[in-house]
Amino acid sequence: MGIDLSQFHETFLEESFEGLDVMETSLLAMDEGDEDAETVNTIFRSAHSIKGGSATFGFENVAGFTHVLETLLDQVRSDEREADQIIINTLLESVDCVREMLTAERDKTDYDEVHVKDVQSRLEKILGNDDSAEQQEAGANNAEEIQTSGWIITFKPHLNMIQTGNDPVRILRELESLGSMQVKSDLRNLPELVEMSAEDCYMSWTITMGGDIDKKQIEEVFDWVMDDCELDISPLSHAEENTTEVSVSGNNQDDPVAEILQKTEIKQEVSASQTKTEVSAERATKPAAKKAAKASTEASSIRVGIDKIDELINMVGELVITQSMLGQLGENFDMSKLDSLRDGLAQLESHTRELQESVMRVRMLPISFAFNRFPRLVHDLSSKLGKKIRLELSGESTELDKTVMEKIGDPLVHLVRNSLDHGIESPEVRRAAGKSEEGVIHLNAYHKGGTIIIEINDDGAGLDKERIRNKAIENGLISEDEQLPDEKIYDLIFQPGFSTAEVVSDVSGRGVGMDVVRRNIRDLGGTVEIMSTPGEGSTITIRLPLTLAIMDGQLVRVGKETYIIPIVSIIESLQAQKENINTIVDQAEVYKLRDEYISIVKLYEIFGLVPDSQNITDGLLVMVEGEGSKMGLYVDELLGQQQVVIKSLETNYRRINGVSGATILGDGTVAMILDVPGLVIMSRARKNREVGKVA
Amino acid sequence: MNAVQQTELQVEYGTGADAENQYLTFILSNEEYGVDILRVQEIRGWESVTSVPNAPDYLKGVLNIRGTIVPIIDLRMRFDMEINEYGPTTVVIVLRVMDEDRERVMGIVVDAVSDTYEVPAENIKPAPDFGDKIDVEFVKGLAHVGESMLILLDIDKLLNSGELNMAV
Amino acid sequence: MATILTVDDSTSMRQMVSFTLKQAGYDVTEAADGVEGLQKAQSGRFNLVITDVNMPRMDGISLVKELRGLSAYKFTPILLLTTESGSDKKQEGKAAGATGWLVKPFNPDQLLTTIKKVIG
Repeated sequence: MGIDLSQFHETFLEESFEGLDVMETSLLAMDEGDEDAETVNTIFRSAHSIKGGSATFGFENVAGFTHVLETLLDQVRSDEREADQIIINTLLESVDCVREMLTAERDKTDYDEVHVKDVQSRLEKILGNDDSAEQQEAGANNAEEIQTSGWIITFKPHLNMIQTGNDPVRILRELESLGSMQVKSDLRNLPELVEMSAEDCYMSWTITMGGDIDKKQIEEVFDWVMDDCELDISPLSHAEENTTEVSVSGNNQDDPVAEILQKTEIKQEVSASQTKTEVSAERATKPAAKKAAKASTEASSIRVGIDKIDELINMVGELVITQSMLGQLGENFDMSKLDSLRDGLAQLESHTRELQESVMRVRMLPISFAFNRFPRLVHDLSSKLGKKIRLELSGESTELDKTVMEKIGDPLVHLVRNSLDHGIESPEVRRAAGKSEEGVIHLNAYHKGGTIIIEINDDGAGLDKERIRNKAIENGLISEDEQLPDEKIYDLIFQPGFSTAEVVSDVSGRGVGMDVVRRNIRDLGGTVEIMSTPGEGSTITIRLPLTLAIMDGQLVRVGKETYIIPIVSIIESLQAQKENINTIVDQAEVYKLRDEYISIVKLYEIFGLVPDSQNITDGLLVMVEGEGSKMGLYVDELLGQQQVVIKSLETNYRRINGVSGATILGDGTVAMILDVPGLVIMSRARKNREVGKVA
Repeated sequence: MNAVQQTELQVEYGTGADAENQYLTFILSNEEYGVDILRVQEIRGWESVTSVPNAPDYLKGVLNIRGTIVPIIDLRMRFDMEINEYGPTTVVIVLRVMDEDRERVMGIVVDAVSDTYEVPAENIKPAPDFGDKIDVEFVKGLAHVGESMLILLDIDKLLNSGELNMAV
Repeated sequence: MATILTVDDSTSMRQMVSFTLKQAGYDVTEAADGVEGLQKAQSGRFNLVITDVNMPRMDGISLVKELRGLSAYKFTPILLLTTESGSDKKQEGKAAGATGWLVKPFNPDQLLTTIKKVIG
């Protein structure tokens, strides 16, 4: 027959990954001192499920490993063994191993077998080879095979055997499938009909089986009722082949029960006599080479609450109604219907916007998915670093786009590791500074406007301004006499190649980190900044757009071209006053805004356009912020603000410096969306070139 | 039915088994060029494009085609020929270009569309060196059809080269 | 056709059992733990109950006890799904009134053979 078990694989893998997460959370809770029996039980059950499922569905290696894991967990839950730090840590590592193995199964790649074997042997060592005893026990049950021409079986069920749902007729039927059979029933114990209880079994049987049958096969038929009956299985020698007459006492009535038995049709059932079939492993063969087609873990599916879908359906319904209303209006339109038309269009706009917001929400998931890896990370790292660190999470239910969340994961990890490694001090240092020995890292997330803010706060030593400054001078990023406000100094750590770590720890700080983090966040359309108070700690603030597809834009005109500036980057727009414009080194101009000097960037120069006027005071300056710097973009005119759908330029063309994408305006034409951080970099480069030229 | 309409029809309904050897031809500076008809997505009249900052001069700009941003290249400029005024016959041929395993959509501006011809592979002769006008790499070969000589272009090489290359 | 109740906290196992039995023509109802299993048993009529042992809220052994307390299920065959390391579970199960057991891991064929033996 063969049912294809692979159809259940996906479900099994999914529920197993969830089970592993539960195990991890529970183990961490245990580590914190949770002594609730239910916690241990939960961990055991998860491992038990994974073991059962992996064996059933043919994942042998997982089954073998999880079996050892489960054995240890069983001992812990039945209080045979106390879960000390070593055991908890080994169990946590085991969770990692199972995750590795299952991930390899899911993505059809390889996993680190050496690592898994190592953890398994550590588990076995803890168990102290109790396992081998069990295996021997199993082996000893092999029945000896006796050559015989048949068997004589006496089967006397206890009174209450049928109360376990075991029907003797069924057992006899099963016996009959093994070979030729003769049954004699023994009714001696039948009470008077009046005294009989339908729930008790008074009968017993003597069964003669002929043929080449293993004793073991017979025993297996009685497997379930071994303790509920008296059973004797003896070999038939040729001399004893005549059946024993059993006398019936009591009334000399016809044997009603025996009659019924004989009348019962006992069908020949040809069933497989092997009751211990090996599990047929239907595994897809894994490619032997290291490189394998890695199924994209970057999601092709998303779980959406039914409520969100229902909302969408409602919205679309409204839209259809509005559309048909407008259609009707259009049929025989005349100016008297103008107001209705306007109303209809307004309705269309509002329904479209609502639909758009609903659809975006479909792609959103709570940030807890990204935060979930941190309890474990903090736990492992803090013990590795010998520090005491507590993790606090808040705002886990804040939602953001699934793709954004997937891509923010690694940057977040790097930033948190940084805080753990360089931010939080060792317990001794903290004590000496009058702080509590335990440091705190706090991850927080919340919505603000059309963005999501993620804060990573630690109560560590804060950033060392002097060190950073000196390193920056060393690396030629700033000049010795350059005066910078604090935020600018802190911001230097995001520059490439920057790392003030004394020793490059393998945790973080190889100097490739922070600038990559900023670039990754920037690619998502977001920003990252750091604030710090020496001795008290630091806060990293990440701002991300809620969605990658749509953004609020300010339309501007430069010459004949229309550009879009992301509203999220705009600080303010103003008409330049001549007295505030200063020229540096003949080419670069800056604008004095209150007490800041902001570089002026002439878009017409960067993009090679012809502006209305080259005179800055004739046009407008749009002050924007990006890459930790501010600049003023010179444009001819401000046009409207609108929401724009971001279209990729790279699909058919390629990435352009200073442009992050394109959009289609209401009139069908294309407009470029400016990449503010990119422009900052471009203008810095130009500035350096100019400065270089002059110097 | 003029050539443009004819071609649109053919592009729409497919041209059966012989489509492999069919070429859509167009005029550029009095020469007749051909492209693989299976690569032609559509033919549009010239409409104004949005210019792209810091792009090579032969990249006229980008166009919105049913929601996709499509770069438009002026072939005369690409081949360093004399520039022309766009007239009533000026069209944009929108092509599907293969870049390794990616497909991109790009448009080329040409003087006019000519015809479609079937050119069996054996009739294609290797092209001589055109000098520095057109890189011989872009030319699949030459073919004679009736009295005309067709210069058959390799659009993949042509439209993935130079500054149009994604890797740049 | 016979109706079977299958109780297991592992979705994939439930699916496998359900699918296998349905294919063979049985009517199958699923429950995710002992409490749900008991509820379903009370509001329906089943010819056979298959239950896992380790489940949240109410485990398999407790479920067996509860079922045997219902007059409708006094003699209904109830099978426990056990793993080989739980030999004491088998005894516990019998003591609670279970009919028998199926050892995990099992494949669909083994499942069907056992079911057929019990309810035909």
